[in-house]
Amino acid sequence: MSERHLSFTLNGERREANADPRMHLADFLRHGLGLTGTHVGCEHGVCGACTVIVDGAPVRSCLMLAVQVDGCTVETVEGLAKGGELSPLQQAFANHHGLQCGFCTPGMLMTLEAFLRVTPSPTEQDVRIAISGNTCRCTGYQGIVEAALTTTAAKGSRP
Amino acid sequence: MKPPPFQYHRPQTREELGALLANLDNVKILAGGQSLMPMLNLRVVAPDHLIDINRIPELAGIRETTDGIEIGAMTRQADILASPIIRDRLPLLARALEHVGHIQTRSRGTIGGSCCHLDPSAEQPAICAALDAEFVAIGPKGRRVIAAADWFQGMLQSALDDLEFLEAVRFKPWAKGHGYGFAEYARRHGDFAISGAAALLEADGGGSITRAALLVFGVEEAPRRLSEAEAALVGQNIGEIALAPILDAARALHPMEDVQVTADYRRHLAGTLLGRAVREACVSREQRQ
Repeated sequence: MSERHLSFTLNGERREANADPRMHLADFLRHGLGLTGTHVGCEHGVCGACTVIVDGAPVRSCLMLAVQVDGCTVETVEGLAKGGELSPLQQAFANHHGLQCGFCTPGMLMTLEAFLRVTPSPTEQDVRIAISGNTCRCTGYQGIVEAALTTTAAKGSRP
Repeated sequence: MKPPPFQYHRPQTREELGALLANLDNVKILAGGQSLMPMLNLRVVAPDHLIDINRIPELAGIRETTDGIEIGAMTRQADILASPIIRDRLPLLARALEHVGHIQTRSRGTIGGSCCHLDPSAEQPAICAALDAEFVAIGPKGRRVIAAADWFQGMLQSALDDLEFLEAVRFKPWAKGHGYGFAEYARRHGDFAISGAAALLEADGGGSITRAALLVFGVEEAPRRLSEAEAALVGQNIGEIALAPILDAARALHPMEDVQVTADYRRHLAGTLLGRAVREACVSREQRQ
């Protein structure tokens, strides 16, 4: 089956690439582009580890084909830190023990990044529902929830 | 790469989609992909042709029409959930969508995809059945409107034939201020429900019920309306509903059975969840007056 050409924006940069139509977006990011920050867990849409942001919305990249992002804007965990500095959300994860083994972390970060952009003042319950589609197997969710709520508070206090 | 090889097609119009369906064999249509992509990744399905309908703008959108609301088949669940029109006029649909997957799946998943896939536990087709929705299909002979009562042909089986596709779902909203209730049981939030129930109520100024809909899903192979129990509700006062006919109707169901859930347990859940949905409908009717 022949490859298809796609052109899209990835973490702010224009990208051109070819992909086999049957390759899902997570595998394409990791194997096609070498961006291994996006993790692959269950590959059937249950664990949330592969969450990336497409056109502003959080999506499971194992449940999209790479060819479907042609013309779209894609954000992965590699795009969060700027100039070697962690994003406020990443820093909050570090401060609040929001990660241990790190496997679920890229998915948690991208889910919360997209969520906090449209929900700037969430309650704890809102945050828990937002990450209900992301599975963590070691740290537990408490630190992750605290990190999200702290980020919100910090953003809110900015001039 | 996990999915088996297929030819990929991406039509831009309904006409192109119709032509592809007419000319290709062993086809799968890719809507939001939140059920089909797992099935492809697990190689449960192996189509020769995959038709991606995500770039056909006419298939998406929520429109108020002269006699109701039309939701395009490719309208994302997140967009339906965020719509003030839906919250106001089809509140049961918004209420149920909170239970559909997670934010990452609702951003892709579509009402049409769910209604064509027809998982017995799926909330959206169930709500369509509760609201007597109409399914608008397009085929080689043009448009065909299919009543909800005829849409469900069994496990994972809609009334669409191989040459047809779903264009939109039409709803006739219930009277302003109607009561609505929804309850489901799943092991974790956002999981497929083991079973669920929905209720709709209209009552007159004195609180006497004038119209009712009761439905269970995830119990039998397709969503199931309980018409006798609905009829028994009409004329009762909304403050003192007799639940016995509803529980009797639940006991008469023929539930599915699998390795995790027995038929008896589903029957029990059907009664319990119907009771919760009816009580919630009574409360919401009071609050919306």
